[in-house]
Amino acid sequence: MVDESWYVALSAVLFTLGVVGVVLRRNPLVIFMSVELMLNAANLALVAFGHRFGNAEGQTLVFFVMAVAAAEVAVGLAIIVTIFRLRRRLSVDDLSLMRW
Amino acid sequence: MAHATFVIIAALAVASAVGLIVKKNPIHGALFLVVNLGCVAALYLTLGAEFLAAAQVIVYAGAIMVLFVFAIMVLIPGKEETGPDPRRRWRLIALPAGALLFLQLIVIVSVVRNSAAPAAGARPSGSVEAIGRLLFTDYLFPFELTSVLLLAAMVGVMLLSRRGA
Repeated sequence: MVDESWYVALSAVLFTLGVVGVVLRRNPLVIFMSVELMLNAANLALVAFGHRFGNAEGQTLVFFVMAVAAAEVAVGLAIIVTIFRLRRRLSVDDLSLMRW
Repeated sequence: MAHATFVIIAALAVASAVGLIVKKNPIHGALFLVVNLGCVAALYLTLGAEFLAAAQVIVYAGAIMVLFVFAIMVLIPGKEETGPDPRRRWRLIALPAGALLFLQLIVIVSVVRNSAAPAAGARPSGSVEAIGRLLFTDYLFPFELTSVLLLAAMVGVMLLSRRGA
């Protein structure tokens, strides 16, 4: 059996790649997908911790994260589509309306 | 055997994540993300979380990614990122910042690993029965809240995507 800390290390790698993707890219869809990557990394860490402690509560938490992620993706994509319909462009640099 | 499996799946997961953030075309990124989600599902299997592996494939790789691909097809943003980036210098700060974050996380993991970790308990059951029992006893209230959340998201999406909204 592989030690759980390797799973957590892999989760750290995936989370970091997600952060880099969010900062590096301009397309809001790709940024959104990078956020999904980070959520998945957190889920993997949760399952690994649950495995270490020998109970299934970590997996229950991952189930809730999945449900929230599904809701978040639906609302977020609807917002992106609405913005695109209004502006006909899709770059996060244009979306500075609420920036101070 | 278990080590070889883990190394292969982990390498595939990291490679597909890199592909997601490097590829210009968002469709390619979406396909790389599907590969990544599949790899994470396989890792859930190696951790004994069978229900989550199935849910990952159905909910993430199925429903969520179909939604993504659908949105990409609707928006056709394939040409959006070809022009020169006016803020390229600022964006590249992501690389050292990411390296710093990664270093931090790895230090935390290694410190926790070397400290007195709790002894590995009995292997948790990841079966539908075990998860369902937890969901309908200890986590009944969050479970019901999730249904309210999904309903609210559904109504919100309909409101947002209405013509002339």
